[in-house]
Amino acid sequence: MTDTPSKFGEVVLETKDLRKHYPLTQGIVFKKQVGAVRAVDGVNIQLRRGETLGVVGESGCGKSTLARLLVGLEQPTDGSIMLKGKDLSKVSSRDMRSVRRNIQMVMQDPYTSLNPRMTVGDIIGEPFDIHPEVVPKKGRIARVRELIDLVGLNADHINRYPHQFSGGQRQRIGIARALALNPEIIVADEPVSALDVSIQAQVVNLLERLQDEFGLAYIFIAHDLSVVRHIADRVAVMYLGKVVETGNEDEIYEHTTHPYSQALLSAVPVPDPALRGLRDQIILEGDVPSPANPPSGCRFRTRCWKAQEICAQEEPPLMVRPGSEHPSACHFAEERQVVGAVS
Amino acid sequence: MTTEAPVKSPSTARFLSQLDMTAPPLEVRNLHVEFHTTSGEAHAVNGMNFVLSQGETRAILGESGSGKSVTAQAIMGILDSPPAKITHGEILYRGVDLLKLSDEDRRRVRANHIAMIFQDALSALNPVFTVGFQLGELFRKHRGMSRQASKAKAIELLDMVKIPAAKQRVNDFPHQFSGGMRQRVMIAMALALEPEILIADEPTTALDVTVQAQVMGLLSELQREHNMSLILITHDMGVVADVADSISVMYAGRVVEDAPVADIYARPAHPYTKALLESIPRVDLKGQELAVIKGLPPVLTNIPPGCAFHPRCRYAKDNCKVPPEPPHYDVDVNRVAACHYWREVIES
Amino acid sequence: MSDLIPSATSDEPALQSSSSEGAGATGGTASLWSDARKQLIRNPIFVISSLYILVVSSMALFPGLWTDQDPRNCIISQSRKPPQDGHPFGFNILGCDYYSHAIYGAQPSLSIAIGATVGIVLIGGTLGLLAGFYGGWVDTIISRVVDIFLSLPFLLGALVFLTVVKVQNILTITMVLVILGWTTIARVMRGAVLSAKNLDYVLAARSLGAGNLRIMLRHILPNAIAPVTVLATIALGSFVAAEATLTFLGVGLQPPEESWGIMITDHQVYFLEAPWLLIFPTTLLIGTVLSFILMGDALRDALDPKMR
Repeated sequence: MTDTPSKFGEVVLETKDLRKHYPLTQGIVFKKQVGAVRAVDGVNIQLRRGETLGVVGESGCGKSTLARLLVGLEQPTDGSIMLKGKDLSKVSSRDMRSVRRNIQMVMQDPYTSLNPRMTVGDIIGEPFDIHPEVVPKKGRIARVRELIDLVGLNADHINRYPHQFSGGQRQRIGIARALALNPEIIVADEPVSALDVSIQAQVVNLLERLQDEFGLAYIFIAHDLSVVRHIADRVAVMYLGKVVETGNEDEIYEHTTHPYSQALLSAVPVPDPALRGLRDQIILEGDVPSPANPPSGCRFRTRCWKAQEICAQEEPPLMVRPGSEHPSACHFAEERQVVGAVS
Repeated sequence: MTTEAPVKSPSTARFLSQLDMTAPPLEVRNLHVEFHTTSGEAHAVNGMNFVLSQGETRAILGESGSGKSVTAQAIMGILDSPPAKITHGEILYRGVDLLKLSDEDRRRVRANHIAMIFQDALSALNPVFTVGFQLGELFRKHRGMSRQASKAKAIELLDMVKIPAAKQRVNDFPHQFSGGMRQRVMIAMALALEPEILIADEPTTALDVTVQAQVMGLLSELQREHNMSLILITHDMGVVADVADSISVMYAGRVVEDAPVADIYARPAHPYTKALLESIPRVDLKGQELAVIKGLPPVLTNIPPGCAFHPRCRYAKDNCKVPPEPPHYDVDVNRVAACHYWREVIES
Repeated sequence: MSDLIPSATSDEPALQSSSSEGAGATGGTASLWSDARKQLIRNPIFVISSLYILVVSSMALFPGLWTDQDPRNCIISQSRKPPQDGHPFGFNILGCDYYSHAIYGAQPSLSIAIGATVGIVLIGGTLGLLAGFYGGWVDTIISRVVDIFLSLPFLLGALVFLTVVKVQNILTITMVLVILGWTTIARVMRGAVLSAKNLDYVLAARSLGAGNLRIMLRHILPNAIAPVTVLATIALGSFVAAEATLTFLGVGLQPPEESWGIMITDHQVYFLEAPWLLIFPTTLLIGTVLSFILMGDALRDALDPKMR
């Protein structure tokens, strides 16, 4: 991944072998660890200035845990997060606050992510209460109004409460809050999936405009592969806590090599009845195994049509394989065009 | 209790004799539903019309607040009233107006003729009984089957919806199933008494895409096998394109466009449908520009006069802003659009 | 991007529920308290109870508004005279005006109830907040202490305590009520905090770098306050009753203090000859207790969105 030349700036965020295991315990008084849910299990990602990295996968793949690790809501079990070259585990707690300012989050549900008892002005201004050094006290209201305006809302509504806004507008408020501290990186966890279709495009376009304007780098986490294709420059596909394939938008959507990515892409419904029955649809058998007890070797092998002996014994590393130009974690990685493919 | 299959009481026989089997399975005529709220009457459904033919899959497409789920609940007779009230209209099942039936007959229709599956399978199943018991109960109650026979039927149903190891899983509780498997259990339950019509309300919205593909595949397969008519309520234009025969697009409680599925995607005749199609990202398109529908869906207590879509519409002219609302213009055979300027829309 | 629409087009919020439609058409999403206020004003039970409490509170605060008689000015010859002109409640055993007695009796009853309620909200609320917020061993210790106090029988505990301290005045009675009553608030608060702790907006504040104090005070407390308010209102009523009970059992307020409890205790034996001596204070007492409890009930209904 490091060798891909990029039109984007320097690396602003990088994770190295990042892991988050939640212990499973038994007993009440004498707790005994009986296992662990490997929510994130060795993830390496890289994000450059001005770039959007889409992280896709199904529920339970660890993409939301990854988001929480990145913004500091969870502490990693192992591995490291490098923010602008600084290893977060080695930053002193005093410096941490100013380092953390650089990475902010937009949450999924616009209905629960805003405190119903606070006005819009208080919500967007709260970051300044927490980091008073960013904007002097006198300039705060002006700055909050500026932010409200920036996300396309009416700055005169600064004293309104969240319930007076629609879902899409609330998501804009959440975006304004994330922008308040002038971060370089925004982690957006399913930012449009709770919105109505006609509103999603508004918010996606807003995110794109803000990126152009401020050179923001996004980690865009979503289960909707169509939205990710639209917004992401590079994509990482996750399965059971691991990245199974990564590459730029074209490599993932047009030249995908991992069977799981292929299945995932082929399952996305396309709004075009003319393609009905013509698409190369791969229907997976069964369900995602439990992350507390993942299969040996390749984690996808239990649902994979290509699985062989070796898949159970040896875990395929995420690397560039012959016949392809982007990394894939499959022993039998092979290009297969699934999207829009007419057979 | 005997194991003898269908017990037909005299009242059942009388009900069945009313049905006109040459009439379409379901027809909704000019349905109006209002909700009483603290801020006034919310007009959830305002003149809903559609016909569901034998074996057809009709998608009812709309965003939240468009009235699609309310319509489904009205058909099933499970609207909460109050606050909901059906103020006008007819819901004809094989020519019989469901709204005029006695409670007992209504229940009979619900049990035997029209079934529904919901988005959230976990809350639709009873957590304290095994799925086998819940499935079997249908046969014990409605078919007078014995415990043993009903259990065998339950296993058969779980097999039908392709739940692996159905013999063992029949004794499991709902929470022991994954999301996709639970949705299958619910489908099994809905199909247990072999209804003619199945209403699926956002059946795959809560599921992952790979599981969604499994469940939708299963639904279409079962529909073909049983020659059922299916109403698919959804906001997902992708799913609709994959399975539906015809679509009713709803906006602010009204059908704005009703057409065979191929036509509507190729040449939408209503500005709302057109804008919707242009605003959704497609996984098979690169570098797509997303068009934006300006503004917000209307507040149901205060629906704009004339065409409800006019404040967001780029084709709107003065006559769209005043009552009456645009009528359903015939665009083609089997195709209507509620827009004065449908010709312009369809050409552009 | 000119296609971004300023929200000026939409002065009213869209009527929609969080995820699914259907029921979403039934009601807007106004804020909890303003909705509750609207509902309470329209609830006759709540209005009547609050009026009653208002009347009783004014008796306690400004007895002069209600009577110009001095309850201590007694003429023994008037003993147990029935209600008459100028003396609507008649006279008590010592020949004092019973109406002014009843008015002045409101104050100690209400002071104890309010004092004890403030006490349990402060102590129980703080401990519940800490237990719920920090969890772990803080929670374990506080929860065990709560369990110990909950296992004390209320009446027995109060009797023993007040007998041991020997001083039975407003302060000691308030104290014993606080000591034996804080646990319920602590438990409710802990539960409310636990459920508020993992809400998205709390996580959002945390990811902004907010400290524990800010999160507790700005984000968790305001949203945990509703159930505590309900419980505190009901507690007011039960403390009024508790004061009377303790007084009746002889460990509460002692004459020459005046309280409804004392009035009931002193005149219990005269019920047959002079029933009004028992009926008036009892009615006032029951009315107050009932009003508080009904207010609490109405509040609970109004604050619980599921009840709508």
